[in-house]
Amino acid sequence: MPSDATDAEQQMQPAEQQMTVDRSGDEPVLEVRNLVKHFPLTQGIVFKRTIGQIQAVDDVSFSIRPGETLGLVGESGSGKSTVARTLLRLHEPTGGEAFFQGQDLFTMSNKDMRAARRDIQMIFQDPYSSLNPRMTVGDIIAEPWRIHTGILPRNEQRDRVAELLDLVGLNPDHINRFPHQFSGGQRQRIGVARALAVNPSVIIADEPVSALDVSVQAQVVNLLEDIQAEFGIAFLFIAHDLSVVRHIADRVAVMYLGKIIEIGTEEQIYDRPTHPYTQALLSAAPIADPRRRAASERILLQGDLPSPSNPPSGCRFRTRCWLFNQMKEEDEATGGNRTDKCINEPPELAERDYDHPSACHYPQERHIIETVDRAEVTTPGDDLP
Amino acid sequence: MTTTTSVPSKLSASTVAGHDVDPDAPLLQVEDLRVEFTMPTGTVVANDRVNYQLDAGETLAILGESGSGKSVSAQAVMGIIDSPPGAITGGAVRYRGIDLLQLPEKDRRKVRGDHISIIFQDALTALNPVYTVGFQIAEMLRVHRGTSKSEARKVAVDLMDRVKIPSARERLDAYPHEFSGGMRQRVMIAMSLALDPAVLIADEPTTALDVTVQAQVMDLLAELQAETGMGLILITHDLGVVAEVADRVAVMYAGRIVETGEIDDVYHTPTHPYTIGLMESLPQLDVKGGRLRPIPGSPPDLTRRPSGCAFHPRCRFAQQVCVDKDPELRIPAASMVDDDRLAACHFSEEIVDAQ
Repeated sequence: MPSDATDAEQQMQPAEQQMTVDRSGDEPVLEVRNLVKHFPLTQGIVFKRTIGQIQAVDDVSFSIRPGETLGLVGESGSGKSTVARTLLRLHEPTGGEAFFQGQDLFTMSNKDMRAARRDIQMIFQDPYSSLNPRMTVGDIIAEPWRIHTGILPRNEQRDRVAELLDLVGLNPDHINRFPHQFSGGQRQRIGVARALAVNPSVIIADEPVSALDVSVQAQVVNLLEDIQAEFGIAFLFIAHDLSVVRHIADRVAVMYLGKIIEIGTEEQIYDRPTHPYTQALLSAAPIADPRRRAASERILLQGDLPSPSNPPSGCRFRTRCWLFNQMKEEDEATGGNRTDKCINEPPELAERDYDHPSACHYPQERHIIETVDRAEVTTPGDDLP
Repeated sequence: MTTTTSVPSKLSASTVAGHDVDPDAPLLQVEDLRVEFTMPTGTVVANDRVNYQLDAGETLAILGESGSGKSVSAQAVMGIIDSPPGAITGGAVRYRGIDLLQLPEKDRRKVRGDHISIIFQDALTALNPVYTVGFQIAEMLRVHRGTSKSEARKVAVDLMDRVKIPSARERLDAYPHEFSGGMRQRVMIAMSLALDPAVLIADEPTTALDVTVQAQVMDLLAELQAETGMGLILITHDLGVVAEVADRVAVMYAGRIVETGEIDDVYHTPTHPYTIGLMESLPQLDVKGGRLRPIPGSPPDLTRRPSGCAFHPRCRFAQQVCVDKDPELRIPAASMVDDDRLAACHFSEEIVDAQ
C-alpha cells in the first residue's frame, strides 16, 4: 500500500509540503490497478498466427495524488513507456483498471475518453518529432483548443498563446515561428506550453529531458517544477536517468520486465532500497564526483534483460539477481533451498519487514548512496556574483 | 599468439609505418588542431586551437555537449573526417612524435586501426549487418596482418572471450542483429582491440546503453586498459561517467577546449564558468532537494559563433573584455590551482579567488 506510506511520511514532515502544493488527505487523481498490456507476437504475412505474447506490462498498480510527482524508472524494455501510452489508450489495455476522477479510463466511451485526454496531457521525449514542422508555434499551442472546443473563444486564443509562451520562458513575439527555428530545449518548452493550454490535472511526461544537453536539461526540469507548484498538476514522470528522477519525484516506482518491483518515497527508494534490482541499478549509476570513486562499491549485474515474450518463471529478475546467486552458493554449502521460492513463486509487490513495498521474497535494506542535502553542498560558483 | 605480450612491443617499437618515432615524445599529442566544415551557409570552425596530450595507460575524457566538436577532434585524430565538407586546416596530431597529418595516406592507413583504434556510440550501425561478427573481427587481422582465415577465426574467438561474450565459439557465426546492445558494443571493442592498439578512442561508447550495461562496458574497458597499458580517450557528455573513469578531463565548448586538468581538481575547483555551470546544472544521484542552477540560453550555432569568448552570452561573469577578446587557453596565474591546469577564461583567477 504505497499511498499509506506516503501519508505517514507527509504527516511527519509537514515542512516539506510548503514548497509544493498541500496534498495531504487528497484522493488520488489517478489510480491504476492491475494494468496488463500484452502485445501479440505474430508470424506469417498472409495468414497471421499469434505465436506468443510480449508481456510488456504485467499487473502494474500505482496511484498519484494532485500536485504529486511519481517517477517511473527502469531500463529500456521495462515497460515504462507502455504504461504511459496505455493510460491514454494509445494502446488498448489487455486488462486492469485506471481510475481518473472516479471513472475507469479503460471502459469509457470514446467521447468520454476524448474529454479525459484533455485533463491528462502528455509530453514526449523527442522535441524534434513531436511538433508538426509545418505548423507555427502559435498553431501548435492552440491546436488543443480546436480539438477540445469551447475552452477558449477564438478571438482570445492568440493572447493566451502569447501568455503561455511567456510562462514557459519563450519570447511571445516568436509566435509565428516554426519549430525548426528553435533549439531542442526551446522545443521542449513548446511541448510544455501545448500541454498547459488545456489546464490539465495530470501530465504524463515520457523521458521529457533525456534528449537534452545537461545545461539545457536543468532549465526544463526547473520549468516543470515551477508549473507544478503553480498549477498543482500531478506528474507521471518517466525516465531512465535516476538522478533526474531523484531530483523531481516525490515518490518513485522501479520497473523491471513489465512489473513494478519496488515503490516508495524518493527517500525510501534512494536511501533505503530493499529490492536487489533497485540496489544494483543505484550502484551502477555513475556519481559525478571523482572523490567518491573509491568509496562506491559496485554491484555488477550479469547479462541483459530477458525477452518479455518469455520471462523467467517465478521472480523475473532471478536470472540476473546477485542475491539469488549469493543465496544459491550459500545453500549449496549448507543444503538449504531458499532459491526454490524465487524460481517457482512470483513475488508479490508487498511490504515485508520494511516500510515500503518491494517484490522480493528476501528483501534486505542496503545502503548504496551517501545522500547529502543540496543545501549543504557548496558549488564552486556559490560565492561568486 | 598472445595479445597481451605484443602491446608493449608496440609501445616500444622504434618505427611506426616506416617512420622513426621520438622515444621521448608523449604517446599522442594534439597541437593547435583546427577543423573546418564548408557549409552552404558559411564556414563552420568545428575545432579551433585544440590541444591535448595522452600518455600510455592514461584515460583522458573529452567532455562536451552536442555540437561542441568533441567527436570531430576524435575523427581528426583517426583521419576519418568526411572531406569535403570537412578539412583539417591547421595543427598537428603527433603519435609518438610522428605527425600523422603529414603522412601519406598509405602510411596513415597502417596507423589507423593498428596503432590508434576507435569505437563508436552506435554499434548497430557501425557493424556490417550482412557479415557475421566473427568475420568482421577476423577481417581486421586478415587485412592488416595477412593472417590466414582459420588462424584469424581462432584469434576472433580469443578476442570475444576477452571482452566476455559468453559462449564465444558458438556466437562467432551470429549476425550483429542477433546480439543485444551491450553485446554489440563488446563486439566493437573486440574489433578495435584485434590489432592491440596503443591508443583507443571511445566515442560515446555507452550512451545508447542502459545504466547496468553501461557499468559492465566501462568496467571491461578499464580492465582491458590495465591489461594492455593502452591510452584511452573517452568522448562523452556524461559528467558522471567522466568522474568514474577518467584521469584527466578536457572540457570543450563551441569547438574549443575551455578547461583541462586532473579530474579531481577540475571537478572540485573549476576555473572556467562553463565547467562551473555544468556542475551546477547537473542533478546528482547523491543530492536531494534544492533547485538546479541551469546555464541560461543554449549552446551557440557554430555558423554564428559569438564574438570574443564564445561562452560570453551565457556567462554570468561576462564583462566587456569577454565580448571583445577571445581568451587564450592558459595556466591560471600564480598557479592557485594545480600545475596541470589550463583554462580559457579572462577571469579564472577571480573565479578561483572567490572559491
